[in-house]
Amino acid sequence: MVIMEPVARHDKMETKPTDNAGTSPTALKLRTRNVNVFYGDKKVIDNVSMGIAEKTVTAFIGPSGCGKSTFLRLFNRMNDYIDTFSKEGEILIDDREIYAPGVRVEELRKQVGMVFQKPNPFPKSIYENVAYGLKIQGIKKKTVLDEAVEASLRSAALWDEVRDNLNKSALALSGGQQQRLCIARALAVKPSVLLMDEPASALDPIATSKIEELIHELKHAYTIVIVTHNMQQAGRVSDKTAFFYLGRLIEYNDTKKLFTSPDHEMTENYITGRFG
Amino acid sequence: MNSRVRNQVRDKLFEYLGIFSTAIGIFLLMIFIGSILVDGLGRIDWDFMTSLPSRKAEKAGILTAWTGSLWLFFLTAVIAIPIGVAAGIYLEEYGRKGRLATLLEINITNLAGVPSVIYGILGLEIFVRTMHLGGSLLAGACTLSLLILPIIIVATRESIKAVPSSIKEASYGMGATRWQTMQHQVLPAAGGGIATGIILALSRAIGETAPVIVIGALAYVPFVARSPMDEFTVLPIQIFNWTSRPDHAFIINAAAGIIILLAVTFLLNGIAAYLRYKWQKNTQW
Repeated sequence: MVIMEPVARHDKMETKPTDNAGTSPTALKLRTRNVNVFYGDKKVIDNVSMGIAEKTVTAFIGPSGCGKSTFLRLFNRMNDYIDTFSKEGEILIDDREIYAPGVRVEELRKQVGMVFQKPNPFPKSIYENVAYGLKIQGIKKKTVLDEAVEASLRSAALWDEVRDNLNKSALALSGGQQQRLCIARALAVKPSVLLMDEPASALDPIATSKIEELIHELKHAYTIVIVTHNMQQAGRVSDKTAFFYLGRLIEYNDTKKLFTSPDHEMTENYITGRFG
Repeated sequence: MNSRVRNQVRDKLFEYLGIFSTAIGIFLLMIFIGSILVDGLGRIDWDFMTSLPSRKAEKAGILTAWTGSLWLFFLTAVIAIPIGVAAGIYLEEYGRKGRLATLLEINITNLAGVPSVIYGILGLEIFVRTMHLGGSLLAGACTLSLLILPIIIVATRESIKAVPSSIKEASYGMGATRWQTMQHQVLPAAGGGIATGIILALSRAIGETAPVIVIGALAYVPFVARSPMDEFTVLPIQIFNWTSRPDHAFIINAAAGIIILLAVTFLLNGIAAYLRYKWQKNTQW
């Protein structure tokens, strides 16, 4: 198995200046070192070490059950609610161990937003959905909330479609709109990292392309990690791609390189559709 | 007869069997309600509602009984709702799932099926004797709370379980604590189911006779209870007492009492049905 320290090795694409700073660890937003994850006795993540540079899009690909979603959820500790979950190794954001005893998981999740596979707006109004994250922080001032709601909806490219219907139920929106609303909701608390777990898998092609455009835009301000089943999507939106198989990180490379001349044979077999 | 025809006949047969069974139930209920109404409706007037019990059937009323039932209803609600809902929330959302949790779950479900007289004996030993509450309203409310706690806990857990986990994940993902998620997302969505369970449990509580007899509620209480420490009687006991008298005039009184008790129970069930309907309309995913 080859575990890449990609930042140190692959810095060919000029579009990613952060990669050039491979020698300085601080340029990495997210880092894991020798991470193992267990559900009960079963090992689902096997010794994964990787670094993700700031303000880039990284795609996790691999067949179902390869651990990519589990690995993604380590970064905002969403696995904590699974009773049998346990992990070994280090997971760092901005060089701080997020599983350290003093870390408040609620604070972490304000910094690390998440968008889920199925659009999951709250059964409330559009406005209430976006304002939720701020309200639970105790922010009550109407002007602050109004501004944040508008800014977030604009960032999620949804403002023009819903500006006149902010009090309408979020459930009345189309699937694609709901997913962009969920993105807006995540952005409202001003995270620096955005985790996306197959955000377009429940959407039609037009809604999907809107989400992908949005990811392109958001990249300038956020570090984005996206799990996807769709390899074309990974190719379109990401700077780097990580291929997982059976809980192991098989290859982590520049997206262009990984899809054209992968270093690893297994990657090649997967992306050419020979298994998975 | 080929198999298609046979299946159609069976299908029809089952349909008629279903209609017949339903009709029997409704028919018997109608007869029962009808005969009660014929016997008792004429007896219900202001005096009947506001008179104390008496040895003379014409002068006897149900004031102590219905005020006792009302007292018991509210005391039981105050004790059982917070404990039951909190326990349900804890078991479903906070408690670790393990062998102990499974054991607890099975036991609580079983407790819901324990005969009520057993709860009466438990209440007699714990509340009346050990805690020296005597045959008071408080002892009765504590006993009835024990009786309906399993129902409330199970209803709370089921309602919470029915809230999609995607909603909880979304809330946690925004940095909400468990309680914030409970308060803002889960409880509003589960509220209809919880409220329905509570009302059905309480309507069962005010219809119970055996446990309150066991803890010593009296048939003859010549005063209206003023505090939770007072002795009391309730509608079912009053009815039970009247039906066991040989004088026919008391049977009429019993019928009138039954009408009042049924009216209260139907009203509570109606509220429960309304809440369920309203909540279902407001929350769809």
